[in-house]
Amino acid sequence: MIRHLFPVRGGVHPAYRKDQTSERAVLPLPMPAMLYIPLQQHVGQAAEVLVSIGERVRKGQMIARCSGSVSAPQHAPTSGHIRDIAEVTAPHASGLAQTTIVLEPDGADEWAVLPEPIADPFAVDPQLIRERVAKAGVVGMGGAVFPAAVKLDLGTRYKIDTLVINGAECEPYVTCDDRTMREHPQEVIDGARIIARVLGATRIVVGVERNKPQAIEALTRAAAAYPGVEVVGVPAQYPMGYAHELILATTGRETPAGKRTAEVGVVAYNCSTARAVDQAVRLGRPLITRVVTVSGGAIREPKNVECPIGARVGDLVAFCGGFTSPPAHLVNGGPMMGQPLPNLEVPVVKGTAGILALTRSETNARPEEPCIRCGTCVSACPVGLVPVELAALIRRDDLKTAARLGVGDCIGCGSCAWVCPSQIPLVQYFNYANGMLWNQEQQERKNARVKALAEAHARRVEKAAAAKRAAQSGRKPAASPAAPRAASEETGRKAAATEEAGS
Amino acid sequence: MLIAIGSLTLIGLVLGSGLGAAARFLRVEGNPLEAEIQSMLPGSQCGQCGYVGCGQAAAALARGEAPVTLCPPGGRAVAQALAKRLGVQIDLSKHEDKGPQYALIVEDLCTGCTRCIRECSVDAIFGATKQMHTILTDACHTCGKCAPVCPTGAIVMNPVPVTIRTWHWPKPQVSPRPKPLSQSEPLGAAA
Repeated sequence: MIRHLFPVRGGVHPAYRKDQTSERAVLPLPMPAMLYIPLQQHVGQAAEVLVSIGERVRKGQMIARCSGSVSAPQHAPTSGHIRDIAEVTAPHASGLAQTTIVLEPDGADEWAVLPEPIADPFAVDPQLIRERVAKAGVVGMGGAVFPAAVKLDLGTRYKIDTLVINGAECEPYVTCDDRTMREHPQEVIDGARIIARVLGATRIVVGVERNKPQAIEALTRAAAAYPGVEVVGVPAQYPMGYAHELILATTGRETPAGKRTAEVGVVAYNCSTARAVDQAVRLGRPLITRVVTVSGGAIREPKNVECPIGARVGDLVAFCGGFTSPPAHLVNGGPMMGQPLPNLEVPVVKGTAGILALTRSETNARPEEPCIRCGTCVSACPVGLVPVELAALIRRDDLKTAARLGVGDCIGCGSCAWVCPSQIPLVQYFNYANGMLWNQEQQERKNARVKALAEAHARRVEKAAAAKRAAQSGRKPAASPAAPRAASEETGRKAAATEEAGS
Repeated sequence: MLIAIGSLTLIGLVLGSGLGAAARFLRVEGNPLEAEIQSMLPGSQCGQCGYVGCGQAAAALARGEAPVTLCPPGGRAVAQALAKRLGVQIDLSKHEDKGPQYALIVEDLCTGCTRCIRECSVDAIFGATKQMHTILTDACHTCGKCAPVCPTGAIVMNPVPVTIRTWHWPKPQVSPRPKPLSQSEPLGAAA
């Protein structure tokens, strides 16, 4: 399809290396001996456990529920027994543990009673669809892992006219979205139409990088029957899969710094998320499996694997024939933005798109050299920052100036570090700075709250003292109403403190 | 001659009364340095420095009577900021930054005496006479005033744990290549 595209800023062209897995159909992973389902697989509050140790659960049964407005529930990927609820190492670069439900599959794979499928999602109340998606635990599967149902609400607060379905998949090696679009184009398009209906968007743009011609063709065929759906091939350029970049390329609308895309009337969903929404609505099925690309030079047989949430990375690697050589890097996600995996024992979660075992020759790591002020990082930055200046500021811990110059807008894509001829770890500086700034902000918030609490405490103590003085001076009529008031005030304060502690 | 004397007298009178008025109406309340230092302190009035609150500590710092390392909750960061503002040289290499430590009540040992509750300046401790007490971790501002008053030693101070939410990447190591300059050169000088 010939269509006018809009120019985007920056970007780089890494070697794609997608052919290791792109031509192989997705294979289901044999059920592992044990599943580890973390309570936090999404942005927001961790889910709340609903099951107890020893309990038998069935496939699709909710085992942890939403807690708070931005949260997502977890479901059992198969039937079996809950063996433990423990702290297990998370698939996170820190290698820290988080609360995880350990489920031992019993092999029966027996489904729980699922919610009734919604036969005609275009006739029912949009709120019903939103609730269904929330109950199904669908989160953004492109990597942001934001609860999908929360985004469905944006239509009530903003005027949304366009839904962008993100099939760019710009990370090298990773092909799970490509395979999903090729193998299930109908589900992706149907899911997109359901989302658009809930948001009130009249136009759907599916953006796919031009290095995936089969996916574009399959989607175009699936979308042919629907006039409002457009499948657009976008240039293969990293980081095209960043929502703001894809929206700019396909609609020409640029999202202001620190704002949501909804403010320019567009919402973006990943194509695999659209499929998960479709399954939740049409089949009542919660998000219990996902497609993961297992690839890299150290993997014997790279594959796309449909694996239950909670399978260990080691199970996937074993299914792909194990390692040919000990990998230099074990990466969770793509090679550009992916994070190191602590070990092979960590589970696959809803946001795991790829497991890469890279050899030393693939990573091409060289020692850092002095900056030659060439400015390549400036032209590569997709959000218009000046990485060289920011890195210098952060190196001497001048985070305030760095924040003023927009380090908070850094999306962590790593284009700057990738192009740097001196191999300066630019994006690593920004990740550090943003982490520090976030912690500082939390500390400031805490200090403000402490001040408010201390003032309230002082007021209460003073009031109690005044009531006591009044009682001692013998003015009984004034003292008796004052004392209970002070007491009730105290309970009120404590309740407020509890509330704040919970929030 | 008379004109010169007269005009100089007039100027003297005008300026003198102007200065007198300014001294009266534009008088600075307290030391402005004090307010600046106070804004640099955590402001939780915990009293761990030995002064009644952050205001008094700031006054002592401004007078040069207190060391810049006086604030335990502020840790290394506050000490460095204070040293820079006051132009003091400090050696932080031996300064142990324990970081904030939350209070925790060992429930088996608590007798319900309410002494810690009276000590807490932010109402973070929950409980009643002869009832087990507990601490709202989110409200606790890590001052540690409750621990010494406990008659049974039931209050322990625990460091704030690093969680997945609070963890972030460390600062990249500056050039791993051996440099001709001495290793002890501060990072700021290279930037």
